[in-house]
Amino acid sequence: MSVIVLLIIFSLLVAIIFLIAFIWSVKSGQYEDTYSPSVRILFDEKKRSDKKEKTDKNSPSSDENTSDKSTM
Amino acid sequence: MKEVKTLEKVSCYHCNDICSDEHLVFDEKDFCCNGCKTVYEILKDNDLCTYYDLDKNPGISLKSKSFEDKFAFLDNDEIVKMLVNFTEKQKSRIVFYIPAIHCSSCIWLLENLYKIHESIENSRVNFVRKEISIEYLHDQISLRELVELLASIGYEPYISLEDENKKKQHSVNRSLYIKIGVAGFAFGNIMLLSFPEYFGFSGLSDGFVQKFITTLNLLLSIPVVFYCASDYFKSAFQGLKQRFVSIDVPISLGILALFLRSLYEIIFDVGPGYLDSLAGLVFFLLIGRWFQNYTYDGLSFERDYKSYFPLAISKKKENKWESIAVANLKKGDWIGVRNQEVIPADGILLSEEAEIDYSFVTGESEPVRKLKGDLIYAGGRQTGSLIELEVTKPVSQSYLTQLWNNEAFQKKEETGMQSLVNVISKYFTIVILLIAVGAFVFWSFKDVGQAFYVFTAVLIVACPCALALSTPFTLGNVMRVFGKLGFYLKNAGVIEKMTEVTHGVFDKTGTLTMGSGASVQFEGELSDVEKKAVASITANSTHPLSQKIKRYLNSGGQIVGIKNYREESGKGISADFDGKRFLLGSKLYVLNGEAKCSKGEDISTSVYLKIDDNLKGRFVMKSQFRERLESVLIHLGKKLNLCLVSGDNESEKDQLSGIFPENSSLLFNRQPIQKLEYIKGLQKSGNKVMMIGDGLNDAGALKQSDVGISVMERSANFTPASDAILFSGNFRLLHRLFSFCFTARRIIIASFVISFLYNIVGLSFAITGHLSPLFAAVLMPLSSITVVAFATISVNFMAKLRGLV
Repeated sequence: MSVIVLLIIFSLLVAIIFLIAFIWSVKSGQYEDTYSPSVRILFDEKKRSDKKEKTDKNSPSSDENTSDKSTM
Repeated sequence: MKEVKTLEKVSCYHCNDICSDEHLVFDEKDFCCNGCKTVYEILKDNDLCTYYDLDKNPGISLKSKSFEDKFAFLDNDEIVKMLVNFTEKQKSRIVFYIPAIHCSSCIWLLENLYKIHESIENSRVNFVRKEISIEYLHDQISLRELVELLASIGYEPYISLEDENKKKQHSVNRSLYIKIGVAGFAFGNIMLLSFPEYFGFSGLSDGFVQKFITTLNLLLSIPVVFYCASDYFKSAFQGLKQRFVSIDVPISLGILALFLRSLYEIIFDVGPGYLDSLAGLVFFLLIGRWFQNYTYDGLSFERDYKSYFPLAISKKKENKWESIAVANLKKGDWIGVRNQEVIPADGILLSEEAEIDYSFVTGESEPVRKLKGDLIYAGGRQTGSLIELEVTKPVSQSYLTQLWNNEAFQKKEETGMQSLVNVISKYFTIVILLIAVGAFVFWSFKDVGQAFYVFTAVLIVACPCALALSTPFTLGNVMRVFGKLGFYLKNAGVIEKMTEVTHGVFDKTGTLTMGSGASVQFEGELSDVEKKAVASITANSTHPLSQKIKRYLNSGGQIVGIKNYREESGKGISADFDGKRFLLGSKLYVLNGEAKCSKGEDISTSVYLKIDDNLKGRFVMKSQFRERLESVLIHLGKKLNLCLVSGDNESEKDQLSGIFPENSSLLFNRQPIQKLEYIKGLQKSGNKVMMIGDGLNDAGALKQSDVGISVMERSANFTPASDAILFSGNFRLLHRLFSFCFTARRIIIASFVISFLYNIVGLSFAITGHLSPLFAAVLMPLSSITVVAFATISVNFMAKLRGLV
């Protein structure tokens, strides 16, 4: 029967990981705007037409690294 | 309200406004004005036309908006420093509030700003709060250029320095979420661990496992009691200090009884304890609190004059203009106020003349003319060319802002003192304590151990979980119903306050009348050609009255041949057409002192028209009352004493006294401070007052009243601090919303009865000493769920029955 103790401890640990994940998500503000992420995910990165050949700064949303995407 | 679109009419590709007969066609698309076309061009140049694919006609109309020097103050480093959230070597981040954000196209465009200007690193929209956070390279684009870019595509940010309140609100919300998470976690796990107990398997496992499980339960419940439930203890204690027994007192007693009893049982190995009930109770209570704390992030209920006033103003210093923060203005400063700018401080006019629009200070809808040397009060909006002023009082001591020094603005929000549940909780707590002590005394004659058992059992089972949930769930549901109808409440407590109101006080301009202003009537006769000519003449003028006349005549298509157009500001217009001289303007200007005006003393606003020497008649501006105003007032008048307190003149007194119920008092020419005093006077004689107003002139009265409702014309408009915001299109529903508050009250009382019934059942078990942990664990959630379901279903059912949803 004592194996149940081990199982309980493990299941609780897993649950605690999820609790921590939840607390993190709240603290990072994921519950403040529940609308725009649902829209944002549907936006396509549209190809640019040829006439514009600017130096591209296609930093996709949040990251700062300016990854040059193939735009032609 | 809504215009019916006819098939022939074309609507603008950008903003969906109906285009007039002559509109711009560009790229085979129709545009109502140059502004809309420009935005389209900008977007097309940058390949951002997806904007138009996501939502149809998403744009914001740019009609008659210009901002030559409007954002000049953003060149001032001091102001930039105050606004920017953080700055590094090259990069800055700033958060703007943009009222115009309204659809998914807005999000898309605003998050693609980096394609329009390469110095913008990235931008992110918070749709719920209508905010955008932009990271930009401040060496390459100044804040002013950034703001002008946003404004040029129709998303003009609203710039102010008061955001402290909002941040506080968010941190409160976050901690509530975490508390719910922790309580839910503990509840689920304790429940799971107690499962063998429920089915009577406890005998099968050995003592060690049993001990292990109960100890684990105890550990799990510690954060629930000391973290999740801490607010209840605090608020109960604070209430008791002020000799006030709130619902939190019996809740805290119940939680403590549950915890201590379980602690005792587990430590002395007497039983498994009631920890599952404890965690469940706290979890449900927190859910209730979350449900009630429904807020409208996009709206602000706390605005003061600072949101109406500009951040900065140009000040003359050694013959040069420079931007200075308004808060730093001193007596004697020489300031310049441009067209459409708000005058930030009382001052003496140094320019020859000015046309000041005081509409949001006094409610007076037409501009006032001032001459050199006149004292001009802060809060007016200059219409016309730049004027210069000498400041006589700093901003905080100006005539209008003094209103905010009134004690009405110092008073703190009471903490739900008058809430129905707190009235009951006092008696509830006393009765429960009496029963518990009585049962203790009764049992102590037989068995002292059993007496303690019964005493705690009574406190546990009487813990008013269901009682405490009935109010938040009823009110939370009502708030959501109201929200769908464009009636936004600051908090749920407003609903209960509305049921106690005895007096309803209305403002006139912008509240009872349409904000878009007066309807025009022409007294006299005009031929079609003359109408066209007048329309074309007025089209040249930006004066609000000319605009109204033009819209009224709206003959479509301008005619050419207007000559010698001259506008004398504050007087009128003259022009030649077809060899005839048209004179249009004030009585004095048009009639030029002739005694011809036989219409009698008349204070309504009117514009006179003279062609050559014939007085053709006059355009009379009449306020247009809101849809179904009469029925709203009749129904409200059955429950309330109604009064009207207006800043406007008496010109519409007769009309209004016909609409208002008999013996309602109608007061005119009231200053903002007088409105406040009037409400205070009503309250002194024991009345509860509901104030319905709109502009800054009602701010004091709205704050002083028990329930302040401000009427909002469009979602982007600002409303002064108030308890509730009513969307003007739904003003006609006001009386039905009001009476629904009484329905809500009845629903709350009904759910009280249900929870009392559960309590009586539970108590009968507790007193006789039969309360098992399993029974408690079933009864508590069952009663809560019944009450929650009853409140939710009945609110929505009643709303449907009343035709509200």
